[in-house]
Amino acid sequence: MNAFLDAWTWLTTADHWAGPGGIWTRLGEHLYLTGVSMVIACVLTLPLALWLGHTPVASGGGGRGKRLGSAVAVNITNAGRAVPTFAVLVVLMLTPLGEGGVTTPTVIALVLFALPPLLTNAYVGAAEADPDVVEAARGMGMSSRQLMLRIELPLAFPMVMTGIRTATVQVVATATLAALVGGGGLGRIITAGFANQNTAQVVAGAVLVAALALVVEGVLVVAQRLLTPGRGTGARDRAAREELPAEGREDGARAVGAPSGTA
Amino acid sequence: MSASNCLTANAWICGEYLRTRREELIDATLQHVAITGTAVVLAVLLAFPLALLARRYRRLTGTVLTLTTVVYTIPTLAMYALLLPVFGISAAVVVCGLVLYSLTILVRNMLAGLDGVPEDVREAARGMGFGPGRLLFRVELPLALPALMAGVRIATVSAVSLTTVGAIVGNGGLGNLIYSGMDSLFKAQVLTASVLCVVLAVVADVLLLGVQRALTPWVRARDGRGGRRRGGATDPGDGGDAPDGGDGAVTPGGGGGPDPLAKPANDDRPIAAGAPGARQEAGQ
Repeated sequence: MNAFLDAWTWLTTADHWAGPGGIWTRLGEHLYLTGVSMVIACVLTLPLALWLGHTPVASGGGGRGKRLGSAVAVNITNAGRAVPTFAVLVVLMLTPLGEGGVTTPTVIALVLFALPPLLTNAYVGAAEADPDVVEAARGMGMSSRQLMLRIELPLAFPMVMTGIRTATVQVVATATLAALVGGGGLGRIITAGFANQNTAQVVAGAVLVAALALVVEGVLVVAQRLLTPGRGTGARDRAAREELPAEGREDGARAVGAPSGTA
Repeated sequence: MSASNCLTANAWICGEYLRTRREELIDATLQHVAITGTAVVLAVLLAFPLALLARRYRRLTGTVLTLTTVVYTIPTLAMYALLLPVFGISAAVVVCGLVLYSLTILVRNMLAGLDGVPEDVREAARGMGFGPGRLLFRVELPLALPALMAGVRIATVSAVSLTTVGAIVGNGGLGNLIYSGMDSLFKAQVLTASVLCVVLAVVADVLLLGVQRALTPWVRARDGRGGRRRGGATDPGDGGDAPDGGDGAVTPGGGGGPDPLAKPANDDRPIAAGAPGARQEAGQ
């Protein structure tokens, strides 16, 4: 228990918060890495996922497109679980990409590990848009593009958000590992603690990282609730129905990316 | 001559490395397997009573699930660091961290699996005079097995991967080699250890799938009939597929589209479903 008291002392020392290696700087680095990676991952993935989810319907309901999407989703998910983030980071570090510094390999690794939850959730959301609604929209003469943007995207939104939430929490967790290869972020406090054999600092860093992950998770849960379109109407039921699963999904999808997720 | 050149040239792939460091690689792999295996076995042993408790006292269910979600959110590096003062620098830190992560998955899946047992079946068993113990072990557990095994597979594959981070306390199995390879910029070592990690995960998954099939022969017998049901295989987060997607029975083609809003059908899906649990896991 002493170590935890020491950690508290470490955390409440003002010196540890300020300065170039201080907690605020590390937090800034951490959030920067997370933000950049998430933006890149979203830009790369979401259009592809929506397209994969959309395709079979547009092509007249032939199962092939859907199967292709499923195959991509399942395999990318399973691969994400089996490949250790740490290994990917180190391998990337030793490639020419790592010569310019730690940031590029880190961002690439983070993007890679944000892909599975983003892709699978958005894909499932789009592919599972109520067929009756899609049919009705087509009957109204909507083009394929309109169908995608005005029907499937809004219907998929809760799932897309779930994917973003899962991926973000995962990326926050994974960004910690950047410290192992000499990058920035809050993980640096932990590794520095190990290097100095300062257990108090190690524990303090761990508390910060864990707290950040939990806070991000909490904020995103709230954001998801606020942003879900049409809540308060019938969609609320849907949202409510998804509530429980959403809890589970979070884990499932994290189990999906678990290796990276908790990495 | 050219073989040893790859060491001096610091090539990514190097046969000479494999030959000269064989012992080291085997030791690291064995440590990796030992850490992962111990953790998963302990987690299964712990998860079982926990799931039963959570099922017995429904009020506990929410708490248990929330707690496990919180645990899962904690990054690995932080987890190991937090456990450091408790165990000191030892393999116990890594094993304990992995047990906590695995519990998260296992308890959820066990609960989902047990919940997925149809009430009719329970009723019938009771009518046949089954007591609670026999009901659990002879009826509920076998029916929950696919969900349970799906959980074990996800937990194992994750654990194999998370063990690498244990290098921070010097007990990361193959992770140790990756870590030291990074410091010395030894490409062959890093790549070989990384690949071995992935291979371990895939092998573990396939072995567990084999165990699952051996334990639930009835699922297979029904496969032909139920194989084309919707759902299952395509669930994100579904544990029902090997990481390489290589096991036939559970390839996505086997089971139509994903069906996120469908209720976890009980167990009348092929192994693909990995089952209610995997679904629950995926938040379906």
